[in-house]
Amino acid sequence: MEFKRRHLLGIQELEVSEIMTILDTAESLSEISTREVKKVPTLRGKTIINLFFEPSTRTRSSFELAAKRLSADIVNFSQQTSSVVKGESLKDTVLNLEAMNPDALVIRHSCSGAPHFVSTFCRSHVINAGDGSHEHPTQALLDALTIRQHKKNFPNLKVVIVGDILHSRVARSNIFLLQKVGASVTLVGPPSLLPPEFGQLGVQIAHNLDKALEGADVIMMLRIQRERQKANYFPSLREYRNLYCLTRERFRLAKKDAIIMHPGPINRGIEISSEMADSVKSVILKQVENGIAIRMAVLYLLLGGKERETAD
Amino acid sequence: MAEKIKARVMDAAKIKRSLDRMTTEILERNRNLKNLVIIGIRTRGIYLGKRIAKLIKDLENVEIPVGVLDITLYRDDFAELETQHMVQKTEIDFPISKKDVLLVDDVLFTGRTIRAAMDSLFDLGRPQTVQLLVLIDRGHRELPIRPDYVGKVLPTSKREVVQVRLTEVDDVDEVLITEPAELK
Repeated sequence: MEFKRRHLLGIQELEVSEIMTILDTAESLSEISTREVKKVPTLRGKTIINLFFEPSTRTRSSFELAAKRLSADIVNFSQQTSSVVKGESLKDTVLNLEAMNPDALVIRHSCSGAPHFVSTFCRSHVINAGDGSHEHPTQALLDALTIRQHKKNFPNLKVVIVGDILHSRVARSNIFLLQKVGASVTLVGPPSLLPPEFGQLGVQIAHNLDKALEGADVIMMLRIQRERQKANYFPSLREYRNLYCLTRERFRLAKKDAIIMHPGPINRGIEISSEMADSVKSVILKQVENGIAIRMAVLYLLLGGKERETAD
Repeated sequence: MAEKIKARVMDAAKIKRSLDRMTTEILERNRNLKNLVIIGIRTRGIYLGKRIAKLIKDLENVEIPVGVLDITLYRDDFAELETQHMVQKTEIDFPISKKDVLLVDDVLFTGRTIRAAMDSLFDLGRPQTVQLLVLIDRGHRELPIRPDYVGKVLPTSKREVVQVRLTEVDDVDEVLITEPAELK
């Protein structure tokens, strides 16, 4: 199966076969990270720019390691130390970086659609590393890889996504992906963070976590984005914890072999108890490990092969 | 794509006979079988490698480990490929440092695959020796590489394609020379 896309902007536009190609490629590449020499020469001579307009440690270093393991050169750019603070626009920033002839731009931005906007005028491949509350495609892909490693097959899996759905690009990308591959998705959260419009995506909506956890195969906890909570979406963290924190008691309601996921960074004791985050059912660190393989696969598939003439 | 079969140069019996002969040569040259490991290059090198391991087991009762090497990530024409190659897993679950490594492939042509395989191998460890076994040597080398064990030397034109088919993947053991149909 060939991967013909020029950019990776979101899960929404991907075909199931493309998703599977990325997962299979990641599976093949994961072995490299276990070698003594964790490097292959495949993308030698390619330059990648990490363009992060929002703070991130995990995603940025994951892309960085992925690029380095494929022998690409990568440069990090973060908003705090750049000309953005001097008032340079996104377009000018990108045009200036493009003048340095990179092959790919990995972009994280607080505005939904920023990577798409950049892809309309730049020559490089664009990879969305999270845009506003729109999408975070590589996170959904690494989650899918983790689920597939533990559950073999997607159809008929019950996946429960819990927390701040409203602000979560991770949730959106996961919803798109899981629905495409045939899993059934239940969203859980307080009504203020889970508006009824989400029902239009064809997912189950629930506000009671205990009920929603019954029969769950995969429990995906989302981070309460405290930096976005200035508008007070719920009365207090204590109330949120009482209603939506994943505790040992609540976990018993799910299937015995259920797995616990979290895109990180976790707020211990708010959306998930420390005990559950560290339990054997938790695959949180496996997700981080798979993140590198997924990002290697995406870089390999986008940057490998001859430059394709047509843009999609 | 239609292709013309020009000749059937080996059948199951001939393939078997050359593998038998090459196995004897391997045994002759490698006194210390305990230090020998076999690494098959995807896809058909794996099955040839496994067959040789089986022959050695039958003759000498020594279990030779067989690993699988995917060279896609080490290709020198990676940036020029028109179609993308799916990367598949490299599966070598034994150390190769200080070992005598027998690389196995079906057809030796330009030598570039073997160059890539050796680069890949040296990223995994430092073998004591590396030997090369191929079922078919069809000439047209572009690099200074030569095989240590050859099933059959087959003079070909560059236009021709040599196809090794093995029962494990193709349901039949044979070697064919084919030619792609004329483009009109």
